[in-house]
Amino acid sequence: MRIELTVNGERRQADDVWEGESLLYVLRERLGLPGSKNACEQGECGSCSVYLDGAVVCACLVAAGQAQDREVVTVEGLADSERLDPVQQAFLDAGAVQCGFCTPGLVVAVHDLLDRVPEPDDDTVREALAGNLCRCTGYEAILDAVRLAVERR
Amino acid sequence: MVGGGVGADADRPDGVLKVSGEFAYGSDLWADEMLWGVTLRSPHPSARIVSIDIGPALAVPGVYAVLTADDVPGEKRYGLEVDDQPVLATGVVRYQGEAVALVAAEHPETARRAAARIVVDYEVLAPVTDARAALEPGAPVLHPEPTPVVERSREDADLRPRGNLVRHLKIRKGDPEPTAAVVVEGDYEVGMQDQAFLGPESGLAVPGEDGGIDLFVATQWLHVDQQQICRALALPADKVRLTLAGVGGAFGGREDLSMHVHACLLALHTGKPVKMSYNREESFFGHVHRHPATMHYAHGFTRDGDLVFVRAQIWLDGGAYLSSSAAVVGNAGLMGIGPYVVPNVRMDCYGSYTNNPPCGAMRGFGAVQAAFAYESQMDRAAEALGMDPVDLRCRNAMEEGSVAPTGQVLDSPAPVVELLRRLQAMPMPAAPPTDGHDLRRLPGGVANSTHGEGVRRGVGYAVAYKNIGFSEGFDDYSTARVRLEAVAGQPVVMVHTAAAEVGQGLVTVQQQIARTELGVDRVVVAPADTAVGSGGSSSASRQTYVTGGAVREACRLVREQVLARAGADRWEDVDLAAVLGDEPVEATTEWRHRPTEAVDPETGQGFAHVQYAFAAHRAVVDVDVELGLVKVVELACSQDVGKAINPKAVVGQIVGGTAQGMGLALMEEVVVTDGIIRNPSFTDYLIPTILDMPPMQVDVLELPDPHAPYGLRGVGEPPTISSGPAVLAAVRAATGQFLTRVPVRPEHIVLSGDVRSEGRAEAERDPSTGTT
Repeated sequence: MRIELTVNGERRQADDVWEGESLLYVLRERLGLPGSKNACEQGECGSCSVYLDGAVVCACLVAAGQAQDREVVTVEGLADSERLDPVQQAFLDAGAVQCGFCTPGLVVAVHDLLDRVPEPDDDTVREALAGNLCRCTGYEAILDAVRLAVERR
Repeated sequence: MVGGGVGADADRPDGVLKVSGEFAYGSDLWADEMLWGVTLRSPHPSARIVSIDIGPALAVPGVYAVLTADDVPGEKRYGLEVDDQPVLATGVVRYQGEAVALVAAEHPETARRAAARIVVDYEVLAPVTDARAALEPGAPVLHPEPTPVVERSREDADLRPRGNLVRHLKIRKGDPEPTAAVVVEGDYEVGMQDQAFLGPESGLAVPGEDGGIDLFVATQWLHVDQQQICRALALPADKVRLTLAGVGGAFGGREDLSMHVHACLLALHTGKPVKMSYNREESFFGHVHRHPATMHYAHGFTRDGDLVFVRAQIWLDGGAYLSSSAAVVGNAGLMGIGPYVVPNVRMDCYGSYTNNPPCGAMRGFGAVQAAFAYESQMDRAAEALGMDPVDLRCRNAMEEGSVAPTGQVLDSPAPVVELLRRLQAMPMPAAPPTDGHDLRRLPGGVANSTHGEGVRRGVGYAVAYKNIGFSEGFDDYSTARVRLEAVAGQPVVMVHTAAAEVGQGLVTVQQQIARTELGVDRVVVAPADTAVGSGGSSSASRQTYVTGGAVREACRLVREQVLARAGADRWEDVDLAAVLGDEPVEATTEWRHRPTEAVDPETGQGFAHVQYAFAAHRAVVDVDVELGLVKVVELACSQDVGKAINPKAVVGQIVGGTAQGMGLALMEEVVVTDGIIRNPSFTDYLIPTILDMPPMQVDVLELPDPHAPYGLRGVGEPPTISSGPAVLAAVRAATGQFLTRVPVRPEHIVLSGDVRSEGRAEAERDPSTGTT
């Protein structure tokens, strides 16, 4: 089947999509946007977090056909050409990036959290990010990154 | 003085790409005309393969190749230390998940569906599933045929399995029949932990016009992969070229081959690039795990609390293939007494072949399992002696100059007492909430399982140590190539090694060392590949030490050449751009740490380890003793790193390593029954989330090791070893139960018969109001 959707502000089209494909597969393998990650493809790890019509979802749990004519923003769409989004910069500066495989999903999740709750306390941050697994950092630096992003935004 | 050198919080060179989603991990790779490879795996832990019919799979439109063991052109078996694991199953399967056949197709779903149509006729056999029973006479032998040793530098280290016995490590020190006034004994058990790196096993194999192959793969050691791939493909090293793809975490789980040979076979067979990327379920079958352990320990003390003897037996389940089990057995035994001075030691550590999932390297490498036992024993002894557990540890602690159970003298700082005392001096977290209103801070969280009733706080301490680098005579080295050149009138350094950046920050460390040694700001780290000599494994907390040492050495050789060319004595006097001109200066060197030696097979005595690293933890937990739910309130760590090359990255290693140790103590276990993995998913295999991991206090000591570059010590593993035992001790303190198995589950706390009445009575509260 053919899918048409808007990704990071651009109208995109994918052909010969098998009906069982996820939005994640279409983004990664058909649209050249592998930034959204495939750590579990079971909706448990949050590494594939993207905005779908403004709401953060696990792209692995969205059937490709469900994204028809909808608006998707991925981690690749957060920075402008000149500079990183403050959340991305905060992850770098706080040392919240090690292997980095969880980072795109966490960046999207934090971006979304701070849009909704501009000054969250730590308990709120922990609840909001409980669906994003990280195996390297032990999360301390991720909390630091959120605090830094709150200051800078 | 150039910024961003040794000791600075330098930024990661790969950081911008990682936060913007543009860093190319193994599973992100793509090529024109690319096919997808998938693996058909055995559903049985033990079976004879009667026949395989690939016909129905080949008939599926879009399928390009279906391969079995008959299609492996070279050695049919591979391995890290002995060749015992089939590339594809030959005649029998020895664990659930063993690779049997491969399919390449245009679409991954096509390949999966085709693989499901391969007809394998199995004659199912009874699996060997108990690591101790496997060693009994009459147990079915998994590998009756001899397995060739391939790791030549460790031939002396007693690697060759005998029957199902992978290795028996013995330590015999002091009086063989010691007696002591106070003896404590205990049995302990550690479950099978998974590395659970987030980036799946993945890579892209591209066939070359010369009949060779280029493999881009996420791994920990390119050259040992290359050697194994060459043997399986019957190709020389110049025809098997590896480049490191982006690695989404490793933690030991990428020491062994996974999809490497399989993707190469499919690519060579089809003449097309082939990508393989495991999903999470397959990943649980696609790499080795941490060995589950059963352990029996007896500690003897004087009435004053001085250790007289330790007798210990450790059984590690190696699963179906050797992987690095022999070395893990060595480590578990040699590290198995803990950082204490013990005059009389009798240690027997056994590794077994079974039909369980193969086990091998995971962060801490044998030392993790033993630490749960010996630290539990120290707590048990403190209670028997009526002493404070930290005081008892300090009384028996190793220090510089102490003699390890191997007879090795500790010839650099061993600050066990200092680490523990510094932890004790750290402020304690606030008391548990009594109003019961903020559910998020209570065990069970927003599940609303308690408002504070039945919640008890506990505090526990643990200390551990770990050998750094490869031990027991392994020829442990790394190669570095450093080039200094002028680009547009500015000096630029290029560092090229094959050492794997797996997330730990090795690329940053290489830049920092080059900046410090050459005084040049612009340092480019070339992609790791097999065009340069081996960098050794990103394992054993060794890369900053060994590859860092190699980079430093190569930089110093470059310096000498530049000084000679400039005719100068002092580096500060050299106008680099002018001296370099159009002619770069380059040096390549292999660098080794001081050699270790195999231990005596009967006594375990010998200079087995190049360096030890020490860490200690304090854990504070709140436990809902009625439901068995644990909330870790705070973890504190004190660790000696010798020299923090990148302090921010060091703290990142300590916090991340601590989380993995806590995970093993409380939640992480690959549940295996009758050889079958029951929970191969992130739904059922739980790793700590940001809700599980508490705030941490981290205290970094820098006591230089005079034998190591910059005085540094390996950092990555020690925090994973001591955090779990500290958490376990805290849960015991909270519950009054002497829990002996990790991970501790709610039912262990609630249903254990080992409940002290006073601890339980204290937990009783008025159920009608939820308040005391």
